[in-house]
Amino acid sequence: MHRFANPARFQRLSAAILPWSAGATVILLIVGLYIALFSSPADYQQGNTVRIMYIHVPAAWMSLFVYVNMAIAAACGLVWKHPLADLFAKAAAPVGAGFTFICLVTGSLWGAPMWGTWWVWDARLTSVLILFFLYLGYMALVNAFDDPQRGMRAGNVLLLVGVVNVPIIKFSVEWWNTLHQPASVIRMGGPTIDPSMLVPLVVMALGFTTYFVTVVLLRLRSEIVQRKIQTLRLTEAQG
Amino acid sequence: MAEFFAMGGYAAYVWPAYGLAALVMVGLLVATLKGLRGAETTLKVLEGSRPARRRPRHKDSKGQAAAPSAAEVSEG
Repeated sequence: MHRFANPARFQRLSAAILPWSAGATVILLIVGLYIALFSSPADYQQGNTVRIMYIHVPAAWMSLFVYVNMAIAAACGLVWKHPLADLFAKAAAPVGAGFTFICLVTGSLWGAPMWGTWWVWDARLTSVLILFFLYLGYMALVNAFDDPQRGMRAGNVLLLVGVVNVPIIKFSVEWWNTLHQPASVIRMGGPTIDPSMLVPLVVMALGFTTYFVTVVLLRLRSEIVQRKIQTLRLTEAQG
Repeated sequence: MAEFFAMGGYAAYVWPAYGLAALVMVGLLVATLKGLRGAETTLKVLEGSRPARRRPRHKDSKGQAAAPSAAEVSEG
């Protein structure tokens, strides 16, 4: 991993990956949207509202995936003082918050016609709302210090503490079985969902993942340039 | 086509869900690209404004290179 700690090497690597991840995002999302909206069947109980699932579930997966990645980066940043690890967490946070927001709102839009309510204090819904606040809290904390290093450290600690929420979200539908349905894709014994709905779900999830890779690489480049600007300004102020 | 947009009577729930997702994702991408452009422009301006001052400082930071150049200056 330390081979990629060098920002110059990272810039070269990201320049090589970016066109591929961007291209894959466009293709996957076009194909995914086509299957999700046109060629997949309506649910026999939920009608066309089931199409909200193709946004809601991948966004929910991404909200957890991004958070776990940020927490791993936070651990690397704290333990090995890896310069890019801190920047990765900072770059990924708005994307993760965006996915969590999409998950919450689309869930609400799905819940209104199917559950008869926009919101309940169900364990799954509440724990995802907490995840959203963790993202917002991290972003606020990182920018709250004059010294960016201290902000990063505080943010990394928050990310690691917040990891407790991840298994709570995953198992909330089994521990407190109130309103949100339990898992039907990532579960013991394989998915219980029909292939005609699993395919668009997986394609959209892959598209969201490549979108995340693309945006995070761009944001990381931006953070590295930002850091160079800071160093230049400092040397100029001192000289 | 009208039937497709009606979404079996659930148009008011399905389309806002897709629209919001598109809005958030495109918005984030645009903000990211704008930020990157802005930062790159600022860096270029900063690097361009004082090219002469940066070079000697670069030598200084290496330590060894600074010593002979300092000696040269005192000789001259």
